[in-house]
Amino acid sequence: MFAYTIRRLATLVPVLLGMTFIVFMMIRAIPGNPAQLILGQQATQEAIEGLTRRLGLDQPWYTQFFAYIKGLITGDLGVSLKTNVPISEEIWPYLAATMELAFIAMIIAIVVGVNAGIISAWFQNSWFDYSAMVLALIGVSMPIFWLGLMEQYVFSIQLDLLPTTGRDNIRVPVDPITHLYLIDTLIQGRFDQFTEVIRHLILPGVALGTIPMAIIARMTRSSMLEVMRSDYIRTARAKGMKMFWVVYKHSLKNAMIPVVTVIGLQTGLLLGGAILTETIFGWPGIGTYIYDAISFRDYPVIQSGILVVATIFVLINLLVDLLYAAIDPRIKFK
Amino acid sequence: MSEQLAKSTPPLVPQHVPAPVEDKVISPWKEAWRNFKKNKIALVGLSIVSFFIILAIFADLVAPYHYRDGNLADKHISPSAEHWFGTDEFGRDILSRIIYGARISLWVGFFSVAGSVIIGSLLGIIAGYYGKWIDGIISRIFDILLAFPSILLAIAVVSVLGPSLKNALIAIAIINIPTFGRLLRSRVLSVKEEEYITAARAIGMSDFRILIHHILPNSLAPIIVQGTLAIAAAIIEAAALGFLGMGAQPPTPEWGKMLADSKDFIIQAPWTVLFPGLAIMLTVLGFNLMGDGLRDALDPRMKS
Repeated sequence: MFAYTIRRLATLVPVLLGMTFIVFMMIRAIPGNPAQLILGQQATQEAIEGLTRRLGLDQPWYTQFFAYIKGLITGDLGVSLKTNVPISEEIWPYLAATMELAFIAMIIAIVVGVNAGIISAWFQNSWFDYSAMVLALIGVSMPIFWLGLMEQYVFSIQLDLLPTTGRDNIRVPVDPITHLYLIDTLIQGRFDQFTEVIRHLILPGVALGTIPMAIIARMTRSSMLEVMRSDYIRTARAKGMKMFWVVYKHSLKNAMIPVVTVIGLQTGLLLGGAILTETIFGWPGIGTYIYDAISFRDYPVIQSGILVVATIFVLINLLVDLLYAAIDPRIKFK
Repeated sequence: MSEQLAKSTPPLVPQHVPAPVEDKVISPWKEAWRNFKKNKIALVGLSIVSFFIILAIFADLVAPYHYRDGNLADKHISPSAEHWFGTDEFGRDILSRIIYGARISLWVGFFSVAGSVIIGSLLGIIAGYYGKWIDGIISRIFDILLAFPSILLAIAVVSVLGPSLKNALIAIAIINIPTFGRLLRSRVLSVKEEEYITAARAIGMSDFRILIHHILPNSLAPIIVQGTLAIAAAIIEAAALGFLGMGAQPPTPEWGKMLADSKDFIIQAPWTVLFPGLAIMLTVLGFNLMGDGLRDALDPRMKS
């Protein structure tokens, strides 16, 4: 396992370097003068030259690239053009907001998805199986930004059950400590705010969780169907074991191996979907951070934002691989 | 001389063997179609896709109004006999805009995927066939491109090239390249070891001919399956970019852009948000169902 981990880590280095290079080249790939584009047509010559120097565009690219890498290693993500604050100092609240949203989305996706898949496999070809699988097919085809809008219309505007936007009640804002509001409110013992935060999480969480939920349900179903045909399951049944325990204890353990991989991969993909969900629900996460930076042409923020998300994505994939190797020993020897 | 020889030697095939019965030997494509037809869900997918393709082709004939025509006096009319799907904030007919929008979504879907198939396949073939350091470099590039969540990479590309439908198409094509590259690479690697390829090489077939006659036909089925599913994803991605204002620009009736423009009027005119989204979902569902059906029909391992 140790050797495998080292090998897997080694393959990570060129990928991270390549990613950094692509992100680094973004600003240099802009046709024309990037500083001119950022500042607009009315900018003075001095301002343009000043920004060119500040972005390091007056130096050869390789000098800049090494400086950029050196900065990244020491935790320097650049300075936002909009706020003039180092990105490494202002990114955490956004990141925490996205992490909280992704976490809830994944919980919803796993709890609903795995159980729907199990019941579908258990009662194969029943009406539940058919409707769950049709819903799952629709789920994977769902444009989540539209689903979010529809949720808002039905549950906020029409039924007035849940809030439309934001993370907390703006009249009673959460006092941030870790910026993970669920934890912050618990530390402070503010259960009224805790439920408020939960209420704000439900709609975006469901929207973001829908696609993984559908994929997990389909994966669990097919994996369970395969396992439930095996001999040891028949033996367990023959012993007179209750079907419920056969399904939830014996089958599930083996059926979860491929499901765990799917769950991991989907967690990474959530980060992409978060951008769309966040813009709809006014969620102050990393997606909103990048999206606002795009309209402001704040390239350092766009670059670092993308790099941070992509790095998390890569690390999650690594974790999934290692976890997979840990639960299925056959993988290591490939 | 050779004619004489031909006459004197007995025919290689004994005469009494009956000719092969035609209807028992069917081509793999016909067999795939037969399997596909049996799959009801896949047929639903095919019908949805065909429906939207016909809408797109005959948009000028089918659409009751032009997508740009609108009268501010007619703004936000709820669905009625005159405007089945109602009108938007400029009084434009939403049904007509959705019909014209089918052109854009399908166009982006087909052409971006065609681009990724061509470039991806080419890179994949080169990597798989020539191996060594070329493979190393190309495979690393694929790894790097796959290391980004796809929509994020698309946003990065568009934020460099500038927001437009064409650039959205390019961005979507780029993010799909590694999918097809890896597919072709693994295909080439497995086919390369087959004995008939060694035989082909032994009789002096050139690399290029081996590629055209053996490797490509062998890779067609997975490309078709993956391509269909990729079109579904591309349509959603184009709509997402449009929604973020990074794709189609007004007055293009792109579905994602329509959603973005009307989302602020969701309280007064929910139909302006409902129908474009339904159109996206149905089209994507159609391609997904078709792709799943094609996979079952074309994958020999799935045959029972």
